Parts: sequence; structure tokens; C-alpha cells
Amino acid sequence: MAKKPAKKPDVETTGHSWDGIEEYNNPLPRWWLWTIYATIVWGIGYAIAYPSFPLPGGAFPGLLGYSSRGAVEADIAKVEAQNAPLVARINDLELTAIASDDQVGEFAVQGGKAVFQTFCAQCHGAGANGAKGYPSLIDDDWLWGGTIEDIHQTISHGIRYEADPDTRSSQMPAFGEFLSKEEIAKLVEYVGSRSGINGAVETEEGKNLFLDNCAACHGDDATGGREVGAPNLTDAIWLYGSDPETLTQTVTYARQGVMPAWSGRLSESQIRQAAVYIHSLGGGE
Amino acid sequence: MQHMIKAILLGIVVLAAAFATNFARDLAFQVSAIIVILWAGFFFIREIGKIGNKPEPAPTGYMDDVVRAGVIATVFWGITGFTVGVWIAFELAFPALNLSEWTAPYMNFGRLRPLHTSAVIFAFGGNALLATSFYVVQRTSATRLFGGSLAWFVFWGYQLFIVLAAVGYLLGATQSREYAEPEWYTDIWLTIVWVAYLVVFAGTIYKRKEPHIYVANWFYLAFILTIAMLHIVNNLAIPVSIFGAKSVSLFSGVQDAMTQWWYGHNAVGFFLTAGFLGMMYYFVPKQANRPVFSYKLSIVHFWALIFLYIWAGPHHLHYTALPDWAQTLGMVMSVILWMPSWGGMINGLMTLSGAWDKLRTDPVLRIMVISVAFYGMSTFEGPMMAIKAVNSLSHYTDWTIGHVHSGALGWNGMITFGALYFLTPRLWGREALYSTRLVNYHFWLATIGIVLYASSMWVSGIMEGLMWREVDAQGFLVNSFADTVVAKFALLVTRGTGGLFYLTGALIMAYNLRMTVIGAGNATPKHAATTVPAE
Repeated sequence: MAKKPAKKPDVETTGHSWDGIEEYNNPLPRWWLWTIYATIVWGIGYAIAYPSFPLPGGAFPGLLGYSSRGAVEADIAKVEAQNAPLVARINDLELTAIASDDQVGEFAVQGGKAVFQTFCAQCHGAGANGAKGYPSLIDDDWLWGGTIEDIHQTISHGIRYEADPDTRSSQMPAFGEFLSKEEIAKLVEYVGSRSGINGAVETEEGKNLFLDNCAACHGDDATGGREVGAPNLTDAIWLYGSDPETLTQTVTYARQGVMPAWSGRLSESQIRQAAVYIHSLGGGE
Repeated sequence: MQHMIKAILLGIVVLAAAFATNFARDLAFQVSAIIVILWAGFFFIREIGKIGNKPEPAPTGYMDDVVRAGVIATVFWGITGFTVGVWIAFELAFPALNLSEWTAPYMNFGRLRPLHTSAVIFAFGGNALLATSFYVVQRTSATRLFGGSLAWFVFWGYQLFIVLAAVGYLLGATQSREYAEPEWYTDIWLTIVWVAYLVVFAGTIYKRKEPHIYVANWFYLAFILTIAMLHIVNNLAIPVSIFGAKSVSLFSGVQDAMTQWWYGHNAVGFFLTAGFLGMMYYFVPKQANRPVFSYKLSIVHFWALIFLYIWAGPHHLHYTALPDWAQTLGMVMSVILWMPSWGGMINGLMTLSGAWDKLRTDPVLRIMVISVAFYGMSTFEGPMMAIKAVNSLSHYTDWTIGHVHSGALGWNGMITFGALYFLTPRLWGREALYSTRLVNYHFWLATIGIVLYASSMWVSGIMEGLMWREVDAQGFLVNSFADTVVAKFALLVTRGTGGLFYLTGALIMAYNLRMTVIGAGNATPKHAATTVPAE
């Protein structure tokens, strides 16, 4: 490489002029040229080291034998090997014994949190406090039961999830098909009076309607029935809202929320970890 | 006779569109057809009125009225696009803005986002390219535009394309291909307009009176040709019905993704880079009144840029179903592209050597220089983000948005503002701009706006990337997606504020240009405006 001559203040132009614009005949800046050469050399080297061009029967794999899928698999395998004894122990233990186990208790809660934040937070919220139609998991009001076995069952098989034959199932009828609007209004009034909302007043007619139509699932005293996922109607917790319009809508058209089954999509160990985590949030029974 | 033929053609278009309105299967298609009726009907009536007129003498001199129209359209669509951008920036910070009952679904982020990107890239940037290319090719070829009123067809045809695209987005008609969202009928229309554009531009070069083709015109021509190819291939689709907006792409799966990003990256490469380099190569030496730094560099970096850009698309699909070999090629070509891109920056900045003092007194030149500086920065950042290790952190985060906007606001926006400040006094025959001080305000508002925008998005993007990949000692993810959204809030507000600064600057520019056109302040009318081809 020759030493570049000291830069002259003004070099020749090419002699052309377009609308008054001329062009200097400056050479390519050396640093620019050497940098582009360097990137080309690097590019050729990289293309030899890594998979870089298609060939009949499969792409050239590169001298390093790298593949992005292989790299991810290796990462996952490393973590799985590290956690394998813990995972095995979680699967061996009784569900009730996991949280208090001094080897895997903390591991299960952390793993369950990660599962929850990835797969459950979309509906139940990052803090598990729920949203309209999606139950809060941090209180002690459980639709289908709050023991760790109940939670494990719900996560594994879901609720009203048709693809899973073991799913939890129940169907509230749409009472708009059987009852008149006046009757539904009386029911709403009665339900309100049971939990002391909407300034509602208990009436004999409302009570009879409730006993005839609702008590089979929600119980004579309206405190709900977990075997069919019927909510307690006497407390302050309302999944879809407690104002008279929402309650009228609920009674008229019914509510049938669906939760997907996670067995098959998550490993048994992950489901157990999620159950331990949710059970630990405050409402676990 | 000519008016008669035009009137008949326009009449057929009106009838066909009326037919389409009647049989339309969806609202977007129906509204689009009505817009076509109005557009073609307007020109139909105008042509009818001209039938029987004596043929006008062939006009001589430069064809500047279409450039004037292009300047007005550029400012109009710029303000529109920036306003939508500011609005959707705040929608992201305050979701209530797009989820309220009276704005949904028409003002949801999902519909306004393509409206914003298309308005700024294709409406603002596209009109800037149309206007400046028509201006530059005439001056540097010393001849009038080829094709007579075909240039007017290009202009009004392009505005129709913009309106059809925008109306489609708001009414939910989209191909869901980024930067290629318009549906099939809009695409076909753009193809017709684009071919006419190529004819006007190439025809003007062909009949030039200069022995050589100026470098700006190489870039403009590369932009027009390549965009035609990209547009046609990426939009190959079969309409579900000829009376409906919906179409189905000819490609599927990873081939579809690769075609889309081959298009998408080269829309950046040829629309926003090559086309705007054409602008840079004319307006920077003119404003600085200095020769271009190096002819040799302009040749070498032009061909290197054209050759390399077309390979870089796969870097948008790192760590996806795209085969590893294609990812490697995309990455390697993107890195090699670094210096060819910088060739333009060097030629722009070094053109100022010997004229740096002008930066103190000439805010228009300062706008152009900062634009070239932002060009250099984004074309370094781009190759860096194309490296797989960097991309695994930056991909899908706000860093990408920051990168795009340092290029779009800094490079494309600023060089366009510079060109508009250069063109307006000349096109309307004024001695000077209405106010240099307002140009200065614009410069600072826009620059501060870009810095706020880009830096907040860099911080936000890197934070997001780090939070997404954060795992604890046992390999468990630490954060949920919602955690990252919460963490971004202050940065999203800062970004929106940056956009507001930028929009304010553009409004000041619009006012300044308006006052220049009507001849207020320093913008006194110039005697004997030179409109005759020189040499």
C-alpha cells in the first residue's frame, strides 16, 4: 500500500457541469476502500464457517456445523439436564408435599410463576387478580375448588374445553328461553338481596323462582356449588359484574366461560409447578 | 382529438367504477369505487370542456407546474402522516385512545398504523420523490419533461393511489403485508401509474441535452425501476372476487415471508435510500454551491449499493422458519452494505469541505447536513442490527422502531425539508424564503424531536429485549410480557413528545412556505424567473 500523497486543497473536476453542479475527481477514500475490503473478507469467512448457500440435497452446512435450531436445542437440553433431578422429584412427590419440600419447594414456586406469566397471565393478569370473565386466583373464592388437587385438575383438563374428555363441565341454561322478562327481573332482585347489593329487597316470589330454577346448582341458600362450578351468589365477588343490567344479561343468556386444557401442551411437572404457584398466592385451601 | 380520446377513456373508467359500486361485495371496495368515479368524473368533465378547443402551442421551458403541485402535496401529506404518527404514538402509551367505543374500529392502532406508515413513506416521501425527480431530471438534462401531460397523469394518479390505500386501511381492507398493505385493485392502479412515471422519467433522460447522465438521475432511475419490480412481485395475488377487496397471495409459508421482506427491505433500500440519495446528490451541492466531492466514489458506491441491497431482506427473518443459509446470506450482505451506504454520506458531507462556514448562516444547509449525518448513523445501525447476535436482542423490540425513525425522521424527513426550502422560492419566483429564522426554529424542533424519539426507543427496545430474555438460575423466565409493557410507559410518552416536536416543526415549515408562496416578508417576487432550459 503506497503512502497517500498529502491532500491537495482542490483537485481537478471531471469537466462536466449539470445545472451548475460539477464533480471533483477525488479518489476513493482509502479508509473507506479498506473497510469495504475488510467486510468482504469477513463475509467470505463467515459464509465458509456457517451455513450459507443452497445445494441440491441440502444447504452447505458450514465448517462449524452450526444451526439455529441446534443451538436452541442445546440451550434447552442444558437447562433440562441441570433441572432433571428436581423435575423428577416434583413428579414423584404428593401434590400437597411439593411446596413444603426443602429441595424443590422454592424451585416449584419459581417455575410455576414462569409458566403462569407465559401462559396464564394473558387472561388472569400478570398479578393473577383476574379480569371480567376471568377469575381472580388470589382470593379464596373458588368456582371449582381451591385445594391443590382441584387446581391441578383444572389446569390439566380445563373448563368446558371440548377437546379434553376429562374437562370440567357444566352448563347454565339461558333462562331467557324459559322465563318472562318480569320473572327474570324478580330473580335479579332476589339475587341482589341475598348479597345485599343494588339496594335489592327479598320477595317471596323471587325466592320461589330462585328455588325452582337456580337452587339445583347454586344451592338453596345461593352459596354456590363447586361440583358444577356454580358461583357463590351471596358474597361481594362477581365474575361478570353485579349491576342489574349485567345480572339480567347473565340470567337471560347464561355464562359459559372456557379455559383450555394444558396437559399435552405443558409437561406434568410444569402443571404441578403452576398448581403449586397458584395455590401459594393466598387463596389456596 | 386528443381530448376526445382522453374523455372516452375517462368515461369508460367512470362507467366501470359505477358498475363496481353497484356490485361491490364489501364497504371498502364500494367506497373505493365511488372515489374512482369522483376522480375520473372530474377529469372527464375537464376534458369534455376542452374538446373543440384549438390545439395549444406546444409549451416550452421547464415543466414546473407539476413540480409545484408535488411540493404542495408533499407538505400536505407530510403533515397528515406526522399527525397520525403522533396520535398512534400516544395510543400505545394510553390504550384508552384506541379502545374507546366511538373510535373503534376505525381509529384502532391496527388500522391507523399502516395509514401512518403509508402516509409518511408513500404519500409524503413519494410525492417528495416525484416532485424532486421531475425538477432535478429537467435541470440536469437541460430539457423539458418527456410525455407532455403524462406527468400530470402520474401526479394525479399517484394521489388517487394514496387515497384508495388510506380509505382501504380505515375500512379494514389490507393484505397484511408490511408497507404493501393496499389490496389488489389499488396495486394494479399503482402499477399503471408507476409505468407512466418510468416513461416520463426515462424519456426525459433519453432526450437530454447533456452528454452524461447526472448521478442523481442514476439513483432516481434505480429507484423507479426496482420499486416497479418489487411492487409487482410482492403483490402477486388472486382476488376472491373482482367486486371485492379481499385477495389471496400467490405465495405461502416461509416463501411468502421471504418475498414480503425481500420487498420490505428494498422498499427501504430503493424508495427511502436510493431515491433520497438522488435528492441529496442534487440539493446538497446546489445549496452549498460546491462541486460534488468525488465522481469515482459516486459510481462505485452506486453500483455496490444497488448490488448489495437486494440481498439484505432475510435479516428481517433471523431465527425464524427461514433456512439458516438464507439468514447467513442476508446478514453477510447487510454488513458488506455498510460502506456502500456510507459512500453517499461521505460524498454529501465532503461536498461541504471548504464551505463549512455556511452552516453558521444557512439553516437550510444545516438541515441537509444533519439529514446526511442521520443517514450515516442509520446505515451503520442497520448492518449492526442485521448481525444475528445483535438481532436476537433487538428483533421485535422498540429498537427497530427507533432505528427506522432515526432514518425516516432524520434522513428522509430532513432532506425533504431541505429540498422544499430550496424549491419553494425558485418554483414560485421569490427572492428568498419568507423567514430564515423560522427555518432555524424548524431545524431545532425537528432535531430535538428526533433525539427524543430515537433515544427513548433505543432505551425502551434494549430494556424490552433484556427483559424478554431474562431467566433465573434455574432457567425460568423472570418477566411476563405485560411487565415489559408497564416498564416502557415513560419511554412511550417521551417518544410521542418527540413526535409532537417534529410535527410542530413541520407546521412551522408549512407556514413559512405558504408565506413564501404569497410573497410576504423577504419573499419578494423575482424578476425574470429562469424557466428556460439552460445550455
